[in-house]
Amino acid sequence: MANRLSRIRLSRRNFMVGSATAAVAMPLVGARAGSQPERPSETIRYTAPVKLTINHQPYELNLDLRTTLLDAIRDHTGLTGTKKGCDHGQCGACTVLINGTRVLSCLTFAVMADGREVTTIEGLAREDSSLHPMQQAFIDCDAFQCGYCTPGQIMSAVGCVHEGHAASEGEIREYMSGNLCRCAAYPNVVAAILQARDETRKA
Amino acid sequence: MIPGPFEYHRPTTIADAVKLLCDFGDDARPLAGGHSLIPMMKLRLATPSHLIDLQALEALKGIRREAESIVIGPMTTQHELLSSQIISKSLPILHEAALVIADPQVRYRGTIGGNIANGDPGNDMPALMMTLDATYRLVGTDETREVSVRDYYQGAYFTALEPGEIMTAITIPVPPVGHGYAYEKLKRKIGDYATAAAAVILTMSDGKVATCSIGLTNLSETALLAEDAAQLVIGTALDDATLKKASAAAEAIMSPAADGRGPVEYRKHVGGVMVARALKRAASVAV
Ligand SMILES: Cc1cc2nc3c(=O)[nH]c(=O)nc-3n(C[C@H](O)[C@H](O)[C@H](O)COP(=O)(O)OP(=O)(O)OC[C@H]3O[C@@H](n4cnc5c(N)ncnc54)[C@H](O)[C@@H]3O)c2cc1C
Ligand code: FES
Ligand code: FES
Repeated sequence: MANRLSRIRLSRRNFMVGSATAAVAMPLVGARAGSQPERPSETIRYTAPVKLTINHQPYELNLDLRTTLLDAIRDHTGLTGTKKGCDHGQCGACTVLINGTRVLSCLTFAVMADGREVTTIEGLAREDSSLHPMQQAFIDCDAFQCGYCTPGQIMSAVGCVHEGHAASEGEIREYMSGNLCRCAAYPNVVAAILQARDETRKA
Repeated sequence: MIPGPFEYHRPTTIADAVKLLCDFGDDARPLAGGHSLIPMMKLRLATPSHLIDLQALEALKGIRREAESIVIGPMTTQHELLSSQIISKSLPILHEAALVIADPQVRYRGTIGGNIANGDPGNDMPALMMTLDATYRLVGTDETREVSVRDYYQGAYFTALEPGEIMTAITIPVPPVGHGYAYEKLKRKIGDYATAAAAVILTMSDGKVATCSIGLTNLSETALLAEDAAQLVIGTALDDATLKKASAAAEAIMSPAADGRGPVEYRKHVGGVMVARALKRAASVAV
């Protein structure tokens, strides 16, 4: 055992040193014209059945395990309302609710959410297809320009209200800070949340 | 942007998790919230071929008081730290720090264990654990070890955690009632890692500093304890001359990298400023 562990430790140390250097060198990759990119071994592919309930509808998807919840939703269920901005957890465009909690679907492998209830922007409208009060408020308050960040903003806004973090403009700004808007519709987003807050609590 | 291929495991007992980690050795990685590991996997800076998801291990969750210590399960999320009465009452500096980590969505998923286990120099919690003198419980197949935070961080992404081990508990001695605390973090925008940050825990007696510990974030390969700076302020009323000396002593041990957050000189300078601010604010809330 001791032998095995020390061998492992050694190779882990090498790996770690390698990865730290790679982190430092990363921004240069584009500039090193002509250098050979490392060829990844793409031949192995692990798949697994993943059960998700999305907007009350059960899905059983057979997915490459690397599939993020975001890609599963967009590419495997046809629900393209959820958007991919950065794919790195930094913009909030991919925000969905998992069991009522707002989560970045780009930083969740679908398999991690196996068996969970997911709500996307398509799941907010009511049975009679009238809009959720938050959706209506975004329209009323002109809370977007290009609209790319909007599904994430609305999902996050619903989460923010249900968490009880929408008492004041300042609190809303703080608790919506995970959602970026390149069009800078922020003041109108805050106004929309204030407008829809009370009705959303009841919804 | 697509990670390397991996197999996925979701053990339901700590023993099973440890066995999987031991069997696959270097090829396996524990997966907590995934909010550090998945971005690294997408950039292929980490290519584990087995992910051991810890989400089903209830024993790794929760916050409880045990005699004079607080014991935190590593799978406790930053959000759960923020909602805990025990934390806001006994370890208010952790509440304050969790609020300046990332953004609400990340805090719902990111765990304290994932934040401290990996030796990522940019993370905020390691410096807090040093300031609070925490102990980490590491469980392997043969052995359970209690490792002092002072011996844990050995370099960037290099820690005392052996392959085959997982962290199962974080034990933090409760600071005295009435202690002063502050975490000062300079960042470029909400959700950013620290350009420089300083954590201070101190006690005051008759207007003078009685005990003090200072931790530094993102100012070296690992979180640091600024021991000389802390020693310098003891017995003083934190007058301007003392604050200046303490900042200089802290700056002397900083060796930040030049990056998008600024050149080395700038990061050391603001590191010193964070130390002075944290000392002053900590003293102002001490009773
Ligand atoms: C946009 C964004 C901004 C962020 N900003 C900040 C910030 O300002 N400050 C900050 O501190 N963090 C920040 N983070 C990081 C965030 O807090 C991470 O979620 C956290 O650091 C890691 O926790 P995790 O649960 O996601 O861990 P994971 O990503 O799942 O794991 C991280 C590492 O720890 C290991 N690990 C996890 N649990 C254990 C265990 N029990 N035993 C042994 N090893 C374990 C894993 O194998 C992995 O190597 C940010 C993240 C994002 C996406
Ligand atoms: S796409 Fe998920 S946070 Fe940007
Ligand atoms: S409306 Fe364009 S990004 Fe927000």
